[in-house]
Amino acid sequence: MAIPLIQTKNLKKYFSTPAGNLHAVDDINIIISKGQTLGVVGESGCGKSTLGRVILRLTDATEGEIFFKGENILKYNSKKVQNMRKNMQIIFQDPYSSLNPRRTVGEIISEPLIINKICKDKKVRDEKVNKLMETVGLAERLINAYPHELDGGRRQRIGIARALSLDPEFIVCDEPVSALDVSIQAQILNLLMDLQDEMGLTYMFITHDLSVVKHISDEIVVMYLGKVVEQASSSELFKNPLHPYTRALLDAIPLPNLKYRNKKREVIKGEVTSPINPKPGCRFAQRCRQAKPECSRENIQLTEVNENHFVSCILYT
Amino acid sequence: MSDKLLIIDNLHVVYETDEEVVRAVNGINFEVKRGETLGIVGETGAGKTTTALSIMKLLPERTGKIIKGKIIVHGENLLEKSEPEMRRIRGDKVSMIFQDPMTSLNPVLKVGDQIAEVLELHNWDKKSKKQIEERVVELLTLVGIPSSRKGNYPHEFSGGMKQRIVIAMALACNPELIIADEPTTALDVTIQAQVLEMMDDLKQKFNTAMILISHDLGVIAQVCDTVAIMYAGEIIEYGTIYEIFESKNHHPYTTGLIRSIPNIEKETNRLSPIGGLMPDPTDLPQGCKFHPRCKECMEICQTVEPPYYVFGKHKIKCYLYLNDLIKQSNVRISS
Repeated sequence: MAIPLIQTKNLKKYFSTPAGNLHAVDDINIIISKGQTLGVVGESGCGKSTLGRVILRLTDATEGEIFFKGENILKYNSKKVQNMRKNMQIIFQDPYSSLNPRRTVGEIISEPLIINKICKDKKVRDEKVNKLMETVGLAERLINAYPHELDGGRRQRIGIARALSLDPEFIVCDEPVSALDVSIQAQILNLLMDLQDEMGLTYMFITHDLSVVKHISDEIVVMYLGKVVEQASSSELFKNPLHPYTRALLDAIPLPNLKYRNKKREVIKGEVTSPINPKPGCRFAQRCRQAKPECSRENIQLTEVNENHFVSCILYT
Repeated sequence: MSDKLLIIDNLHVVYETDEEVVRAVNGINFEVKRGETLGIVGETGAGKTTTALSIMKLLPERTGKIIKGKIIVHGENLLEKSEPEMRRIRGDKVSMIFQDPMTSLNPVLKVGDQIAEVLELHNWDKKSKKQIEERVVELLTLVGIPSSRKGNYPHEFSGGMKQRIVIAMALACNPELIIADEPTTALDVTIQAQVLEMMDDLKQKFNTAMILISHDLGVIAQVCDTVAIMYAGEIIEYGTIYEIFESKNHHPYTTGLIRSIPNIEKETNRLSPIGGLMPDPTDLPQGCKFHPRCKECMEICQTVEPPYYVFGKHKIKCYLYLNDLIKQSNVRISS
């Protein structure tokens, strides 16, 4: 079998707080093959963004291993990490705060090229910047514009151009369309998918929006309080959601279709519990309709119930 | 006449600065009946929030101006009211739920006191302190917050609970109209579902009319009775929820909006977004404001503003329906 592009093994990230350890990412095993998109879904505080940042080594992992093309990148020294980042980039959520307001579009996009000493010749660099702007659909005349002159969609295009400037193989997209209007969101999603087709990019797509994740992903993991509760291919997950949390999530989305209008929803009660020193057992148990006493006894492992469909729930063991 | 709670008649709002004039709302008309929920949909800059703020007369004092039109609540034109008179209306007859529950509560006041404040300001029937206290407890229970937490400060609550408190404040004086400006946008989906369900229950219980502003067509489809779709300060399509979601006839912008949303029930390879961007509100295009982005743009669209084509309750501001529909007897054209 080919070596996966990205693989994590028992990856953990705990933040220590005065109240105890906050389990942001707790024992996560994921595999992303080249050219694929892994969607990571979950609500605020489930650890999805932390997972993305840990994989890029923007925050240090507490425990576990991360492999990029079979090499454990947690063993890299800082020089090697910098090299590694040429291959692994990130697109941030908020195009308003992730761009330096004092830099022009051209400067923002060329900065990675300067830092990594890729194009020393200014002329070559300008050419490359122009090409990148064309790729992401930014008009050439905007090269000397500042971010505040542009709308959210265009700013996000700058963020994408910057991420692409080093020709990475892997890009973490951390809620790249959440701050955008729907018509602009559709433009950016299409752009990301076109780029993937053309350049064979691999994405880890982090979002809270299930319809977006379904649209863009090949494989999806659903996270709840630092744990993966369900993992399956995109079509399987939406056809046959198994974990009660996944089902509740799917049920909670208001759909633009009137046939659901008078349907009584099974709204889950309560709110996400604290990720600080979580009790053993299923972390969703407190809000789960189907919870049994056994649920809070011991940790439940992710088990394969159908082919390539993993669930961590006592109902399926 | 009496069932029409709110009538907006030819409302024009601008924001004026020394340098430019932003034409935020350009001649909108709609009505809200008692117990009805009107959804206002549109993207950033469409004029949704400006419309809401105009009804409350809360536009920024120096720049925001209502230059034309009428806002009639209960037969009285709010634009003729003085500020002290408005203060009696706000929070009493008409109240508002703002988008961001994190910033719409006072961080240094206990939530119970914040709810009580509304009741004290509109205390027409001279309730005693104890009665007000009882009403606060009643309101908190109503929105699903244990009344034992009335002495807590806003930062001790989660986002969903804060939004519940904001809703309790809006309901405090049994308003006849609630304007909810993106009430669930800042919340997670499962919490959004909880809050929407609660709002629906409360609406039915008190027969309150509501204007729900949202960019999320899903939320609109689940909650509203009638829908107005705004673009560049105009209502470009208006109709009952069935007309908007099930009729074949739409404004090209509405069609574009619906196609931009990834469909969770169908496999689609690529989305078909609307090209281009919202026009600059300081320099709106001539004719139909959507024409530079419209795939079906005709010559007439570029020069003359289209009228509404009316079929029953359904109104569409687009020339596409001129030729083939004018023949039908039930089509009326209104300017």
